[in-house]
Amino acid sequence: MATDTINPTPLRSQAPGTRRQGNRKQGNRKQARRNTLIGWTFILPNFLGFLAFTLIPVLAAFALAFMEWTSFSAPKWVGLANFERMLGSDSFWVALRNTLLYALGHVPLTLALALILAMLLNRKLKGIGFFRVAIFFPYITSLVAVAVVWNMLFSPDSGPINQFLQFVGVANPPGWTSSSDWAMPAVILTSVWRDMGYYMILYLAGLQAIPTELYEAAEVDGASAWQRFWNVTLPSLRPTTFFVVVMLTVSSFKVFDLIVVMTNGGPGRSTTVLSQLIYQEGIGEGKFGYSSAISLVLFLIVLTVTVLQFKLQQRRER
Amino acid sequence: MTNLTEDLRAEVAPGGTAGHERGLAERRSLRARRARTVNVVIYAVLVVLVAALLVPFLWMLSSSLKENNQVFTVPIQWIPEEFVWSNYSDIWTRIPMMGYLQNSLYLSVIITFLQVLTGSLAAYGFSKIRFPGRDVLFLGYIATIAVPWQAYMVPQYIMMQQLGLTNSFNALILLQAFGAFGVFLMRQYYMTIPDELCEAARIDGLSEYGIWARVILPLSKPALASLALLTFVNTWNDYMGPFIYLTSNRLWTVQLGLRSFVGQFDAEFAMIMTGSVISVVPILIIFLIGQRYFIQGIATSGMKG
Repeated sequence: MATDTINPTPLRSQAPGTRRQGNRKQGNRKQARRNTLIGWTFILPNFLGFLAFTLIPVLAAFALAFMEWTSFSAPKWVGLANFERMLGSDSFWVALRNTLLYALGHVPLTLALALILAMLLNRKLKGIGFFRVAIFFPYITSLVAVAVVWNMLFSPDSGPINQFLQFVGVANPPGWTSSSDWAMPAVILTSVWRDMGYYMILYLAGLQAIPTELYEAAEVDGASAWQRFWNVTLPSLRPTTFFVVVMLTVSSFKVFDLIVVMTNGGPGRSTTVLSQLIYQEGIGEGKFGYSSAISLVLFLIVLTVTVLQFKLQQRRER
Repeated sequence: MTNLTEDLRAEVAPGGTAGHERGLAERRSLRARRARTVNVVIYAVLVVLVAALLVPFLWMLSSSLKENNQVFTVPIQWIPEEFVWSNYSDIWTRIPMMGYLQNSLYLSVIITFLQVLTGSLAAYGFSKIRFPGRDVLFLGYIATIAVPWQAYMVPQYIMMQQLGLTNSFNALILLQAFGAFGVFLMRQYYMTIPDELCEAARIDGLSEYGIWARVILPLSKPALASLALLTFVNTWNDYMGPFIYLTSNRLWTVQLGLRSFVGQFDAEFAMIMTGSVISVVPILIIFLIGQRYFIQGIATSGMKG
């Protein structure tokens, strides 16, 4: 709507021929005002939605963390009370620990596999496109279908995974999602399988940006394949690795859907993670203030990881 | 499918393999022979690897064509004794699958359309028109991409509750159609289009809207396709959004329908796998049509919603 009402006048007053006439200063100011108006009309349709449904909720989340507000009571400023309660709560520490465990498994495994896959797939072979597409496909398949299928694959009794493990000589294969010790590894395996194709693409792009001359020079110097990998490939991939590590870590701390659908935090509380706690407390039980305090912690962790990685990267480059 | 190979190469490293080595003929043939052996080994490794990675899909497909009691047999039967095609006709009467598919399609199309339209408009404003405050505003967009959605889902929920929009498609459309990510991805691409093109069009008397529609949009087809595909697939696969906002069965998407089917009939393994296959097929088709845009979108922007 705003688009229609704001723009006709400035547009017509600035027909192309008139632009450079008259006082230059005045023209510039006019030009700036015209640009501002037009610029805003372009941004406005998106900005209004963005402002109302992203920016304001983000800012509200910060304020809510310091308020006592439930679905039954009016909001009241309580300072750090929510945080005190959180630090004294057992479920918070369990969820934090589980989230860290998930990240510790998910980040290195996905990173290593993505890099190995990218190295394997970075060559001109007939049908290489098919392999890339096949490895990437899990990433875009429906999460519910993925979770359902893997849950069945992980079936303790006659599921294909345990059948395979027994076949290769594991006498007592784990109970996977029905065991509180093995549920987290099961979730991690599923998520690694799902995500590695995506990071493989990022690595593939990184590998293809390395000039072939570097490898040729290394070969002339008599470097072995391993030395070439260690001294040419890895250093050249540093920016990609930096990016991948940040993305992986941040996405690990945000893990949510997969857990909800696969284990719903169980058995017991063995796979409950931070985002799930936020959901349960905030939307499930209507404790808006308290859940926002946990959100704030999640945000601060994500922010710290990003900034830390960024600093590390900068120091390495110096 | 092969275009995936070429496109990524052309995109990322133009002429990447141009450097040919000038060596002795002998050395060259030795090299070629070694390369051939390496290739055979790599092929073998890749075939095994990809087969292993695709096992979950094969298992899903195979189970969806079995009787219930055939799904968990010892040892596993990869090819059903008898193909139970009736699973695929029965499921439509067991759960309102058609309704779920329609809901998913409706949401995905509307959200994708709005995301691409408003995203590309805003990206034009952020990349081709200079005005005070522009860059600060854009920084605000980027900053919110870094905030995890979980951190503000509760305020969003309260807001939707106050507006009386919970349990409606409108809540999801409003929340997902104006993402900062779309603006970011489109702007990244528009920055690579030379400003001189816009300048020339301006001199020719085209309005800014005309330039956007007639110069920039046609030039940014790959970026538009990337954004559209990523948004569509994201919306189609989204679980938490519909889970939080859509309570009545009538509004459920495929993901919610499938999930609840699993909870309600958790012993109907074959039927559950049939539902899973049906939920994946539309994505598979879209993916095969547009895979190179997916890859480009990821390779250039490095991220997804």
